[in-house]
Amino acid sequence: MSIFVDNNTKVIYQGLTGSQGRYYGLLNRDYGTQVVGGTHPTKAGTDVDGIPVFANCKEAVEATGATASCIFIPAPGVASAIMDAAEGGIEFIVCITEGVPAHDEARFFNVLQRDFPNVRLLGPNCPGIISPGHCNIGITAGHIAKAGGPVGIVSRSGTLTYQALYELQQKDIGVTTCVGIGGDPVPGTSFIDCLAAFEADPETKAVMMIGEIGGSAEEEAAEFIKDHMTKPVSSYVAGVTAPAGKKMGHAGAIVSGGKGTAEAKMEALGDAGVKVGLNPTEAGELMAEIVAGL
Amino acid sequence: MDLFEYQGKQFFAKFDMPVSPGEVAFTVDEAVAAAERLGAPVMVKAQVHTGGRGKAGGVKFAASVDDVRTHAGNILGLDINGHIVKRLWIEKASDISEEYYVSFTLDRSAKKHLGMLSAEGGVEIETVAAENPDAISKIHVDPAEGLSPEQARAWVDGANLNPAAVEEAVDVVQKLYQAYTVGDADLVEINPLILTPDNRVHVLDAKVTLDANSVFRHEEYAEFDETQPRDEREEAAHQRGLQYVGLEGSVGVIANGAGLAMSTVDVVNQVGGKPANFLDIGGGANADVMAGALEVINNDPGVQSIFINIFGGITRGEEVANGIIGALERVDIDAPIVIRLDGTNADEGREILRPHLNDKLMMEPTMLDAARRAVSLAQG
Repeated sequence: MSIFVDNNTKVIYQGLTGSQGRYYGLLNRDYGTQVVGGTHPTKAGTDVDGIPVFANCKEAVEATGATASCIFIPAPGVASAIMDAAEGGIEFIVCITEGVPAHDEARFFNVLQRDFPNVRLLGPNCPGIISPGHCNIGITAGHIAKAGGPVGIVSRSGTLTYQALYELQQKDIGVTTCVGIGGDPVPGTSFIDCLAAFEADPETKAVMMIGEIGGSAEEEAAEFIKDHMTKPVSSYVAGVTAPAGKKMGHAGAIVSGGKGTAEAKMEALGDAGVKVGLNPTEAGELMAEIVAGL
Repeated sequence: MDLFEYQGKQFFAKFDMPVSPGEVAFTVDEAVAAAERLGAPVMVKAQVHTGGRGKAGGVKFAASVDDVRTHAGNILGLDINGHIVKRLWIEKASDISEEYYVSFTLDRSAKKHLGMLSAEGGVEIETVAAENPDAISKIHVDPAEGLSPEQARAWVDGANLNPAAVEEAVDVVQKLYQAYTVGDADLVEINPLILTPDNRVHVLDAKVTLDANSVFRHEEYAEFDETQPRDEREEAAHQRGLQYVGLEGSVGVIANGAGLAMSTVDVVNQVGGKPANFLDIGGGANADVMAGALEVINNDPGVQSIFINIFGGITRGEEVANGIIGALERVDIDAPIVIRLDGTNADEGREILRPHLNDKLMMEPTMLDAARRAVSLAQG
């Protein structure tokens, strides 16, 4: 079992005809993902390496039965692409695009909650989701992940997501699903959404959580872990030594006024019983100890 | 992007908010000329991207044009929290009866916009929040719905402003919400928003941070990008499109991805070193990008060693290795380099690097090993 996606997930690539969409769409298909279509407003009826292109998600869903989409559209078009997916009947929208304005994110997050409460958005600005051996939607390199279980991964950072997958692969530990939620101010899917799904997934026995400085998502996740999770969690929070007030690349990763520091996050996670490593390798080693004890 | 006060006021003026007439001045003579046009009394205000200007002597009342000459001369060149004053804002002085505080920003936990309004303005809102939290009237605005006039009125009523201020305050906060949303701001803050003796509500200060991701629909924001405070190293990185933050240490850091770059800074600190910077070269690592990154690091006189930390995902190890070698052929690097290359096809990448290794170019198998080596090299 995996969370949010599985072998049967059929995916539409919004922006399949663009260079990024084509590259990753075909890579994902090679991995085994059911890439059943793409969308482009003026290229309906054409195809990308045999994958049919539709005018919009509604037509793509009607023709293919897709339930998921993956967005590779440039930032200015992301808000309308997300609404096109939701209105077209897509239930799981993965938005890879980075550089989406925060006000757009805040608006479409709340519009989805109000008008499409059953639609899940992952991202924007995330690497996507991979259930090793089953389904890979996004830009994660499939071969750095070992299929199977028992570990689920959720991460706010792209390259650290890969690092986490790789640390576990080196230790011959399998992963049920790895979800990159992205580092933007309003992520469609939160740590808590993923933790709850992993808690409910019988094949996931433990969870590795990679956080970052800024905001309070890790502290909220810690509260959730303390109150609702029976499965063990290991964690690492990037930016332990970041100076206050400096923006470290991600829109989300900024420490201000003593809030959102790595120390506060690590303390909250530690208090919730999470094994907290000081770097990704240590978090991987802690997870190996957890897995050995399962 | 942080705006200067005067840029913030010009930004607010576009949304029809009540701001004072004023002019920017870069020299004492310009300040005097501006004051003559505006007519005394005026305020002479340092324009810097930091708080605490008043306490540092960067904001002065000038009753006459002669006063303007004195104050402008004192304030230009002043060091305020490490920011040297290079420009002034000369503004028509206002009479003040009361000082309020108002702001909008995103509440990331609630995923809604948060408005804060207080009758206790003019001081730091953190102080009010700590000592008298009830004095702050808060409102969560659903970004999908916007701020209705009724909500705005109820919010203002909750702040217990002077009754004479309420009507105009209701109008100003709605315009402020427009500026915040339509203008794609991360933060809009007015402190103080004042009530004048003739019962007008007026914007006396402006703190505005704009979302750099929104520039595609606000071409005019390019001028604000030019006035961002960057040191020489940050400017060089900015011109090369690299994500760079200058730090104070001696180990230059290059990594792919913001998370890994942050993590690299962490690990350098953990093994007893001091990172000179945070530098994220993004997902790929081709020769062009790597050369640009190395040039930026090479120009930092504080750098004693360089730690290149690359995790190959989609970008394969051999591409990364060829990128590094290609870059080294183009840039003459002074400091020794330690590489950690892992991930997809790392073995192939390491094979490509191996013949090039010497006492200026080293390779270590893990992030921690590489950090230790780079730190020991930096410490000589």
